[in-house]
Amino acid sequence: MLISVTVNGQERTADVEPRTLLCYLVRDELSLTGTHVGCDTTSCGACTVLLDGVPVKSCTVLAVQVDGQELMTVEGLEQAGDLHPLQKGFWESHGLQCGFCTPGMLMTTYALLERNPDPTEDEIRRAISGNLCRCTGYQNIVKAVQYAAPLVREKREAAREVAR
Amino acid sequence: MALETTELRPLGKSIKRKEDARLVRGQGRFLDDIKLPRMLYLALVRSPYAHARIVGIDTARARALPGVHLVLTGEDLAKLNLAWMPTLAGDKQMVLATDKVLFQYQEVAAVIADTRALAEDGAALVEVTYDPLPVVVDPRRALEPDAPVLRDDREQRDNHIFHWEVGERAATDEALRASAVVVKESIRMPRVHPAPVEPCGCIADYDGAMGKLTWYVTSQAPHAHRTVLAMVAGLPEHKIHVISPDVGGGFGNKVPVFPGYVAAIVGSISLGRPVKWVETRTENLTSTNFARDYFMDVELGADDKGRVTALKVTTVADHGAFDAAADPTKYPAGLFSIVTGSYDFPTAFAEVDAAYTNKAPGGIAYRCSFRVTEASFLIERAMNSLALKLGVDPADLRFQNFIGSDRFPYDSPLGWTYDSGNYAATLNRALDMIDYRALRQEQAERRARGEFMGIGISTFTEIVGAGPSQSFDILGIKMFDSCEIRVHPTGKVIARLGTRHQGQGHETTFAQIIAEELGLSTEDVLVEEGDTDTAPYGLGTYASRSTPTAGGAAALAARRVRDKGRKIAAHLLEVSDDEVEWDGQRFYAAGAPEHAVSMAEVSLAAYTNLPAGMEPGLEATFYYDPPNLTFPNGAYVAVVDIDKGTGEAKVRRFVAVDDCGTVINPMVVEGQIHGGLTEGFAIAFMQEIAFDEDGNCLAPNFTEYLVPTAVEAPKWETDRTVTPSPHHPIGAKGVGESPNVGSPAAFANAVMDALSPLGVTNLDIPLFPWKIWEVLRQHGVTE
Repeated sequence: MLISVTVNGQERTADVEPRTLLCYLVRDELSLTGTHVGCDTTSCGACTVLLDGVPVKSCTVLAVQVDGQELMTVEGLEQAGDLHPLQKGFWESHGLQCGFCTPGMLMTTYALLERNPDPTEDEIRRAISGNLCRCTGYQNIVKAVQYAAPLVREKREAAREVAR
Repeated sequence: MALETTELRPLGKSIKRKEDARLVRGQGRFLDDIKLPRMLYLALVRSPYAHARIVGIDTARARALPGVHLVLTGEDLAKLNLAWMPTLAGDKQMVLATDKVLFQYQEVAAVIADTRALAEDGAALVEVTYDPLPVVVDPRRALEPDAPVLRDDREQRDNHIFHWEVGERAATDEALRASAVVVKESIRMPRVHPAPVEPCGCIADYDGAMGKLTWYVTSQAPHAHRTVLAMVAGLPEHKIHVISPDVGGGFGNKVPVFPGYVAAIVGSISLGRPVKWVETRTENLTSTNFARDYFMDVELGADDKGRVTALKVTTVADHGAFDAAADPTKYPAGLFSIVTGSYDFPTAFAEVDAAYTNKAPGGIAYRCSFRVTEASFLIERAMNSLALKLGVDPADLRFQNFIGSDRFPYDSPLGWTYDSGNYAATLNRALDMIDYRALRQEQAERRARGEFMGIGISTFTEIVGAGPSQSFDILGIKMFDSCEIRVHPTGKVIARLGTRHQGQGHETTFAQIIAEELGLSTEDVLVEEGDTDTAPYGLGTYASRSTPTAGGAAALAARRVRDKGRKIAAHLLEVSDDEVEWDGQRFYAAGAPEHAVSMAEVSLAAYTNLPAGMEPGLEATFYYDPPNLTFPNGAYVAVVDIDKGTGEAKVRRFVAVDDCGTVINPMVVEGQIHGGLTEGFAIAFMQEIAFDEDGNCLAPNFTEYLVPTAVEAPKWETDRTVTPSPHHPIGAKGVGESPNVGSPAAFANAVMDALSPLGVTNLDIPLFPWKIWEVLRQHGVTE
């Protein structure tokens, strides 16, 4: 079945079986291997991507369901060689160790900061509670998001200034 | 844009990690990210029964499915003499079952097809007829004389695997008889699983023309895997190229060789095409290696003043269907003999009897230096019970019985020589941080109001860094590790080691060690691991051994480079060798510090302007055989409040003070502590690979096997004391596993402390809310 999807701003088409999961569309057909698969049961969140801006676990969405929609993956975070504040935050705050859960964490927290630019620690912890990490104990992931939040707000302000 | 990480004299600094440049971009290269031309996929057919005779396997429908290239059964492998493979523990394990299966989810057939989905389709079409047999899931039952004998392939007609003992049985019994107080507890450390977020997998790529196998694999020990493969498959070792790409967490799970690996290799050799196998989460939790599963009976004696007199431990160990433990050869119960812990026992005795059961094979050292977690849990829980029995404060009891800081090196009654420690200072720091005396006062007030608040202490000593070659080997291979350093003409370094990190940060921390020794910045040093064609031989990364072994090799290889550099510097400075001084960054002429050359200048000279007669180039390799293990230690204090309505033990605070000697990168060490504590928390409160009486695995996925999320995970408060190892080249000890080894007892002790007014001294972990609630209910104190 032929589907068309906008991925990180680019129009892409793919021919997929009806049973193909979104995570395998992203990884195998679109060759975006930053999205990882860790559990097959919607538990671990390593496969989290944004579907029309909403974080979804791509192991639990069929590829055909995203026909005509917009996808964002971890590969879409860096803009013109400038790391997203969250990527900088994870690096600065040692918010990752093995790095396998990191792309999913980044996408979930990206969506969090889009809807809540100044989250409390509890709000951050609740937001990432669908993403499992075995290495960090989450404490530095929380710090990474706290590092990024003001930078994202500044960026947004700056963009508004330009728009004005 | 890379963030700035350059810093001279980097040892001991929180340098940001080099590997993160790719990992935060999603550009890590994990096993399943690798796609080779013409690659096929493998799926396994697994047994639904825990113990059954195989009556027949019909593969016709699977073979007929378009897109399926090969179906392998045990019979096919038997023709190649590969139906069984050796385990690291000296046992053997079925690759694909032939006449019977011994655990649920055991590998029975393999299907290789064009896509992952087609391989799964094919696997579903393999029809296996089973005749169920009686199942044994409890190792104590397995050792009873009338238990069904599980392993038909052995001459020995029972389920006993080994008996191991250490210490003085008679003297210990005598000392216990003479003790004023003896506490007895049955302590269980249940079966758990490392469960890294990345599952295990491999790609086998056999090149028939050259007779060379390239094997990409999620491996913590690529060199050891290559050697095992050479032994198992009969391929020449130099024609096996093992590549362990970025590894998404290991925790011991990625040390052994699994049946899926062997099936993929046979498939690739048979078909002449690359074959990928990646396990599902269910396959991971049910078949590729569990940890723990120790049933321990302890007797701990003390005199009337509370001084410990003797320790006796009797253990039954469940090793599952095959003894696939990953322990050093001479230590079938690992380093369990660290069980006397941080305390000055005059005498001790420990024994372990291991049994086969109808459960998945193992057990591996999950974030643990070979059964050290079991030992630490046991002694720390027993000390808690002793404090309760004596009616003394558990912190005071520990201070009274610690091995004094003036006693190191300390010879333990069970045969270890502890290198260094200052246990009282470490515990004092932890008690100060948490304001222990105030907490005890608060507890007394809360108890008076009928509330259940508990404070748990664990002051553990670990034993890591296996190990010295006189006693440590796996399959005969000594457990040294290695580092090769090449300094190029412009002073830039490539260093390769025999270890393989899985998130520990070696690309940064080993660069820090080498840069420190050579007067460079970490940016000047590229660390590579995981490729057996390029890296020097080493036994890999597990058991907190990388820094004690390969870290030592890195420092000593760098010093070899520096020694040659000194001679070149003498030539450049036009002085004799013994007139050259090193200030940590530059060589200079003695008495004339302004007359100096940098390592970069020396490097260039090594290729362009050598002293007469000197061999060109600037590189060194060091195979480091450590003289002893290292003994990191820590003091952990947990505070819990028990909800009388639900039985949940809420962790209010947790303070962890670790002593791992010299710290290479404090940020990385703290990260390791956070992660290990979170895993320890899970083991104490929510995780068990449990089975029903028919041998069905009750935790085959993350909806049953609970991994703490950011909501459950407590907030950790950490600090450290620094007591360097006197024998390690930079004074460092391993640390990655301390928090997982030390913390479960702190949590359990806190819960027992809370429940002690009810007379409770011991409950089995995991301490699910329902278990605690049941105790409260029995005492009529639920809300």
